[in-house]
Amino acid sequence: MWPLNRLQIAWRAAQDIADGMVVNLGMGMPVAVADYLRPEADVFIHSENGVIGAGPLASPEHIDTDLVDAGSRRITLRPGAAIVDSSWSFAAIRGGHIDVAILGAFEVAANGDLANWDMRLPNKGPLVGGAMDLASCARAVWVIMDHVTRAGAPRLLEKCTLPLTAVRCVKRVYTDLAIVDITQAGMVVREMLEGLSETDLRQRTGAALTFAPDCRSLTAPPIELPAGDRP
Amino acid sequence: MPIDKRAGTAAEALADVADGATVFISGFGGAGFPNVLIRALRDRSPKQLTLVVNSATHRYSVTHELIEAGLVRKVVCTAARGHSKEASPFELQWMDGKIELECVPQGTFAERIRAGGAGIPAFYTPVGLGTVLAQGKEVRRFGDREYILEQAIKGDLALVRADIADRYGNLTFRYAQMNFGPVMATAAARVVVEVRAVLEEPIPYERVQLPGLYVDHVVTVGA
Repeated sequence: MWPLNRLQIAWRAAQDIADGMVVNLGMGMPVAVADYLRPEADVFIHSENGVIGAGPLASPEHIDTDLVDAGSRRITLRPGAAIVDSSWSFAAIRGGHIDVAILGAFEVAANGDLANWDMRLPNKGPLVGGAMDLASCARAVWVIMDHVTRAGAPRLLEKCTLPLTAVRCVKRVYTDLAIVDITQAGMVVREMLEGLSETDLRQRTGAALTFAPDCRSLTAPPIELPAGDRP
Repeated sequence: MPIDKRAGTAAEALADVADGATVFISGFGGAGFPNVLIRALRDRSPKQLTLVVNSATHRYSVTHELIEAGLVRKVVCTAARGHSKEASPFELQWMDGKIELECVPQGTFAERIRAGGAGIPAFYTPVGLGTVLAQGKEVRRFGDREYILEQAIKGDLALVRADIADRYGNLTFRYAQMNFGPVMATAAARVVVEVRAVLEEPIPYERVQLPGLYVDHVVTVGA
C-alpha cells in the first residue's frame, strides 16, 4: 500500500475523536480533520480566536469577513456555537478545557517534546501564535505530520533539533506510515502501513521504537488531494 | 452634562497621541482590524511607537503602514512573519535592527494585557516553559508543575474595531471581531473605537459585550 496522503492522515486522526470532545485543530494539515469526523461525533471545534463550535468553510455566497478561524479562513458556525474574546479563549486552553489539540509538527522527540513553530527561515520573522499555549495545556496533544522530511530525514527523534514549542506534551503521532504513541517507555507503534516491515519503519525513524503486541495495519479510504496539491 | 462618547472624526479622537506611546491594535485573521483608526494614526505621525498587536503583518490589516512610515520602535506580537517570500516592511526593519521585536505566545499575550487592565502586575503560566521564549524569566514550581513569571502590559492608547456602539460607549461585536478588542480596551489609558454604526437608543444591557466605562471615543466609519 502507498503511504497515506495528508488528507488520509487527517481522516485517520478524525476516527479517534470521540463524541462530545472539545477539539482544537492547528493550521495546515490538522484543519482537514474537521472534514472527516464520523457523522455521529458531535464535537465542539475550538478555534484560538474565540470561536467555540466552528463549522465547515463558508461557501462563496456565505462568506463573512468577521467569521474566521485561527488560520484566517472564512468559516461557518455549528449549532450550539459560541464566540468569546481571545483572553477567555486562551483561559479555556490553559485551564484544561480543550480535550485534544491536533497540531502539525516539524519534529517530535521520544519524551514527547514538540518542535512546530520555528523553522528558522532566513529573512522571516518568528510566528508562535497559539502553538505553545495549546501544546502546553491541552489535555492531549496529537500530532499529524509526514514521517520523514522531504529530504528523507526522520522527524521522530530521540531529541528535537529545532526550537521547542513545549516539553513532554505529545501523546500520539499520526504519520503517512504509522501511528505512534509517546509513552513513559518511549515510542510505541500502534498501527503501521501494510507492506512495511518493522525494519523499514525503524530506518525512517530517529528514535527507538517498540511495536505494540496488538499492532494493527494502518489503513484509510482513498481520498484524492485537490488538483495541484503535492502528493 | 450627558455622557456622549461620539467623536466627530478619527483625526479628532487621535489629535493628542504623543511620541513614544504604547499602542494596542485589535484584530485577528481579518476580523476586527481598526483600519480607519490605524490610517488616522499614521497621518497624525507620532514617532517611536510601541505597537502591541497580534500580527506585525496581516494581509487584511494596514498595521504595516505605520511601520513603513517609520513610526514604530518596537512590536510586541505573536506573529511576526509576512505572507510572501519577500520580507515584509516589518521584517526589513527588524532585520536592519531598526525595530525591536518581542514575540509572545498568544495566550500569554492576551493574559498580559488582561492583567494590565485588571490590576495584576504579573502572573505565572506554564506556557513557554523550556522554550527560547522563557529565557531569562523567573521559574517557580507550584504543585507538580513549573511555571514562568510573565509581566502585565499596559498601554497609552487602544485602537479597537467593533460593530455597534451607543453614546455611552457600550459595544457589541460581530462574530470573531471581538478577539483582542475587549481586553485591549481594559488596559489602555485612552480607548478609541471605530464602529459600523452608533445607535440612538442604548444597547440592551444583556447585549453589551464591552461596557462603555472602558471606552473614551467612538468614531462611526461604516461597514
